[in-house]
Amino acid sequence: METINQKQQGKALSRLEGALKVTGAAQYAGEYSAPDLLYGHVVNSTIPKGKIQKIYTEEILKLPGIIEIFTHENRPSLAWFNFQYSDMDAPPGSPFRPLHDAEIKYYGQPVALVVAESFEEARFAASVLKIDYEKEAFTTNFTNQLDDARAPKRGFATLLKPLPPKPKGDFDKAFDESPVQVSADDYYHGTEHHNPMEMHATTTMFEGEGKLTIYDKTQGTVNSQLYVANVFGLSFKDVRVIAPYVGGAFGSGLQPQYQLFMSVMAALELKRSVRVTLTRAQMYTFGHRPPTLQQIKVAAEMDGKITALHHKATAETSRFEDYTEVVVNWGNILYPVENTKLDYELVPVDVYSPLDMRAPGGSTGLHPLECALDELAYELKMDPLDLRLKNYAEQDDSENRPFSSKELKECYLQGAEKFGWYNRSPQPRSMRRGNRLVGYGMATGIWESMTLPAKAEATLTKEGKFRVRSAVTDIGTGTLTVMTQIAADALGVGLDEVEFEYGDSKMPFAPIQGGSYTVSTVGSAVVAACQALRKRLLKIAQKANGSLFETASESKVSLTNGHLSLSEKPDVAVSFQELLTVSGKRMIKASKTNIPNPLTLKKYTRAAHSAAFVEVEVDEELGVINVTRALTAVAAGTIVNPKTARSQIVGGMVWGISKALREETITDHRLGRYMNPNLAEYHIPVHADIHDLDVIFVEEKDDIVNPLGSKGLGEIGIVALPPAIANAVFHATGKRIHQLPIHFDMLL
Amino acid sequence: MNNFTYTKAQSTEEAVAGLAKNSQAELLAGGTNLIDLMKYNLQHAEHLIDINHVQGCQTIEENSAGGIRLGALVTNADTAYHPLIGQRYPLLSKAILAGASAQIRNMATNGGNLLQRTRCYYFYDAHAPCNKREPGTGCSALEGYNRIMAILGTSPQCIAVFPSDMCVALAALEAVVRVKGPAGERVINFEDFHRLPADTPHLDNSLQAGEMITGIDLPEEGFEQNYSYLKLRDRNSYSFALVSVATGLKLSGDRIDLARIALGGVAHKPWRVKEAEEFLKGKTASPENFTKAADLILEGAVGFTHNAFKIELAKRAIVRNGIMALNPSETQRPGAQPSL
Amino acid sequence: METTQLSRNTNTSKIDCIRTVTFTINGQSTQLQLPPWVSLLDALRHHLHLTGTKKGCDHGQCGACTVMCDGKRILSCLTLAVSKDQSSITTIEGIADNGELHPLQKAFIEYDAFQCGYCTPGQICSAVGMMQEGKAQNRAEVQELMSGNLCRCGANSQIIDAIMEVYIPETHE
Repeated sequence: METINQKQQGKALSRLEGALKVTGAAQYAGEYSAPDLLYGHVVNSTIPKGKIQKIYTEEILKLPGIIEIFTHENRPSLAWFNFQYSDMDAPPGSPFRPLHDAEIKYYGQPVALVVAESFEEARFAASVLKIDYEKEAFTTNFTNQLDDARAPKRGFATLLKPLPPKPKGDFDKAFDESPVQVSADDYYHGTEHHNPMEMHATTTMFEGEGKLTIYDKTQGTVNSQLYVANVFGLSFKDVRVIAPYVGGAFGSGLQPQYQLFMSVMAALELKRSVRVTLTRAQMYTFGHRPPTLQQIKVAAEMDGKITALHHKATAETSRFEDYTEVVVNWGNILYPVENTKLDYELVPVDVYSPLDMRAPGGSTGLHPLECALDELAYELKMDPLDLRLKNYAEQDDSENRPFSSKELKECYLQGAEKFGWYNRSPQPRSMRRGNRLVGYGMATGIWESMTLPAKAEATLTKEGKFRVRSAVTDIGTGTLTVMTQIAADALGVGLDEVEFEYGDSKMPFAPIQGGSYTVSTVGSAVVAACQALRKRLLKIAQKANGSLFETASESKVSLTNGHLSLSEKPDVAVSFQELLTVSGKRMIKASKTNIPNPLTLKKYTRAAHSAAFVEVEVDEELGVINVTRALTAVAAGTIVNPKTARSQIVGGMVWGISKALREETITDHRLGRYMNPNLAEYHIPVHADIHDLDVIFVEEKDDIVNPLGSKGLGEIGIVALPPAIANAVFHATGKRIHQLPIHFDMLL
Repeated sequence: MNNFTYTKAQSTEEAVAGLAKNSQAELLAGGTNLIDLMKYNLQHAEHLIDINHVQGCQTIEENSAGGIRLGALVTNADTAYHPLIGQRYPLLSKAILAGASAQIRNMATNGGNLLQRTRCYYFYDAHAPCNKREPGTGCSALEGYNRIMAILGTSPQCIAVFPSDMCVALAALEAVVRVKGPAGERVINFEDFHRLPADTPHLDNSLQAGEMITGIDLPEEGFEQNYSYLKLRDRNSYSFALVSVATGLKLSGDRIDLARIALGGVAHKPWRVKEAEEFLKGKTASPENFTKAADLILEGAVGFTHNAFKIELAKRAIVRNGIMALNPSETQRPGAQPSL
Repeated sequence: METTQLSRNTNTSKIDCIRTVTFTINGQSTQLQLPPWVSLLDALRHHLHLTGTKKGCDHGQCGACTVMCDGKRILSCLTLAVSKDQSSITTIEGIADNGELHPLQKAFIEYDAFQCGYCTPGQICSAVGMMQEGKAQNRAEVQELMSGNLCRCGANSQIIDAIMEVYIPETHE
């Protein structure tokens, strides 16, 4: 594998779009305007299951400013087949089709779109639209339907999210015969919603001649383009999806959401530009992290060697799709265990399909696993960190293959050192500050490092600058900045010489932005495209001045000061202008698709690792819990930009704190609906909740994972925090709470 | 949000006349609750009378009884940070600053604070049965998710709680509400201002149709030496109380001459039990005595499926807050973490 | 059978209600003809195309719509535009001084105090207001008085770091 110079990578660069974001100049999907712009407001069902009998649109159409009301009765005819509604992240099953027919599948299902000349007129009309429903019996509580639990269906999505491996050894025997056992069947977390700060919005510009320019809140411009073209029967080239700034998503934009459908449908039908912005309450009417019930059993020898592991997860899904995530597979990757039994089942109920939400599966599965290890350590009278070191996996036991790289041990050691882990007195309730009990807890984190195929394009422009393009979005992860750094190094030029353009389906293909694979996937394509451009430029140089560059190779030339020159002999040079002239083109372009070699990759388990250490204070009488400090040591290969990388990890840690102690969507199963669809009662942390957060990046070299050696950081910051917090709460109080979030009154 | 007409009133007379003219009119002050409710289609006013510029309700001044009069239209922030309030009624400052966010406190007014509606999930869901929103439809919270609901003074018709922090302190301070209406001016003792739900949960308070709040009188006693406000909630800021306690004490040495304790987050109104305050009179300010007082205050409390913890939590909070009140210079710093 | 309809007055027509609002926005006198049910937030975003002020909840629960009104930070989503006639409003677009970023804006960039950037204008306007109020005396108090601004990316620590870089607490009392 070729390695590239790393001059810009490793620099703690501030975000390149920073000035636009701090001045309000950065525009998001619902902020693009057109002179004839119409506003759409969605109406949602107020029953969880049944049929629409009648929608009284007539009177509402007479209200001032109302242009049209779309329902299942008057929507245009659309694609017939399920696959046409599928997208890159669609679970196996029948994708939900907005306004398809009179059937109501879940509470809050979109049933009509009111389109008006102004936002306020649309909002008002939507609020007074009368609808008759025929109600049917429903159930939304999967824990009451555990008899319905079954194995998930397989499909395209299960390729990236493998189902559990087969049992190994003899779990029951090994468990029974081991001297130390831990067992629990009540690990549970409720529904959670992504709640990005920006509500989902789409502005569809009706360009005429069948062309649409769509500003969509999405994590995949090409994914939205594909969906729109398929569903509405349009040609790909007529559908352009742009997502320059995305106000957070955390998975909510991995699939096209119904505001996209509504906006495009209305624009096509009315032949005008239409914006549809969801309300905060409507942000609770599509995907969510599924509530999940888990069982875990772990046994060990007296010396701490783990002998048996059983991990079972039962999760909610919808009636129409089998949403899956990787929940139970992690234990045997992290710990070598000879006897394992890993199960994962689904229970369909009358809700919308769950949807990947930051660290899907991992943040769910590591909670019982890492809490059970803590319990085991206490049973063994062993330090919880020592127990992990005792069971340190030198290879992935579940697949019987090596890791491409793994510096988890360094995470443990450096993290413990900096945090002061060994200052802890092991006995619960043994550390205090005044009224407050103090607890330390730790946990291990892991997230798979994936690289998917992607394409990028690199161009020498007529101004003699470089432009690199990809359709990828930047959902706040720092993609623009990091790709600029990667491109500069791959071209061998300074940051000022390169502009990275992105967030546009017209640009070269990139998959949806999720799963922590963007740097790896798009970064690898950027490197490939930049190297292709360098080769291209050298070829042209050879054409221009054959004798001078005849023996040169791509790796032996430099692109500096507007010239291509020999690195060893800088005076042997040809100017970019001359190259352009010789090429006979306005610009010189090269594009390249990076397809990771599945045969090489299959030989290795590729994963980022982390160790999280947490201190909590718990008020002894009142139960109030504060995470006073937390440290995550991360091994994730090359860190392209330490500043944005740190923010990714710290942001993940805040999510971990939130999952452990704050956020939860409350369902009233009698009504079949969510009761706190807002930001007042859906508690995400406030500034006053977040204290001292620290990050260590452990050095890790990986030549296998991708040419950058970088593993991705979007999820690894979260996964270890919830169990580390629960373990710290135990250490502080002596109480094991297996439910998340942990409410302070559970400690009274 | 429905369509409505809008006028500005310059005087209380003009505002009251406006209300008399249109029974579907509402007064608009800070708007932090009314506009929220209108946007959720939970409240539908045909006409809004903007009283933000009404004269005579815009100041904080000493009154003739040796106390202070808070203008109804002074914002919560201006009240909390007013030097007179900080010096003489720090309990009130502390309670106000425990509520909402800085932006909301900059908008919300004192009168409006008294009139805010409950945060009950079912009240806020226009499609759920709710006797407070639509009398006669039933109470969904009774057997629903009731973690945030009341444990005291409930009725089978409604178990919602009144969400204010400021009013918990006003209850402890025995404030008096001044109102003006078609029949002229009157005063309402704070304990009589908010109601229990009984069979008419749609009525939050004893304000009559067409009346507006013009001011709040604080009596001379401000408990500025020994006071504490403690708020327990699901996050450290910008969330409603599960339980809050306002405590004011007058002490001679460690003996209690006068005690006031009001609870928030547990009932349809700020909750006070005078027997408990009487009990503390003459007693030592000790955890044991606060515990006995707490038992008296929580007498008759009934928990529901998800909120029974509030009974024990409230008791512990009362004891802790009593102790905190002994040393307010340490425990009541602005912005001090609620974990103490 | 279930019927949903929210009984409501539908008679009030827009024409009867339109009012003229004159306010100063970022130093410029601005006049709009608006019905009273338009929020200040929607007036800024839809009518004046000042989209820097963000809508994160539209119900006073997130702080993304924070603007300065007559020197105080308020939530524009819960404010009727007509009620701010004759007021002076500063939005994120008016925080920089002739293209020179405000020290807070610079600090937000330097400390990486945002990721997606959507809560950022509200955080900055709120921090400007918080500094002018001058009540916070230390980091914990800044955290408390900034807690009306949510951030879902989890940039909380960096936001407070950036503010502490710029804010010099005065000792009051």
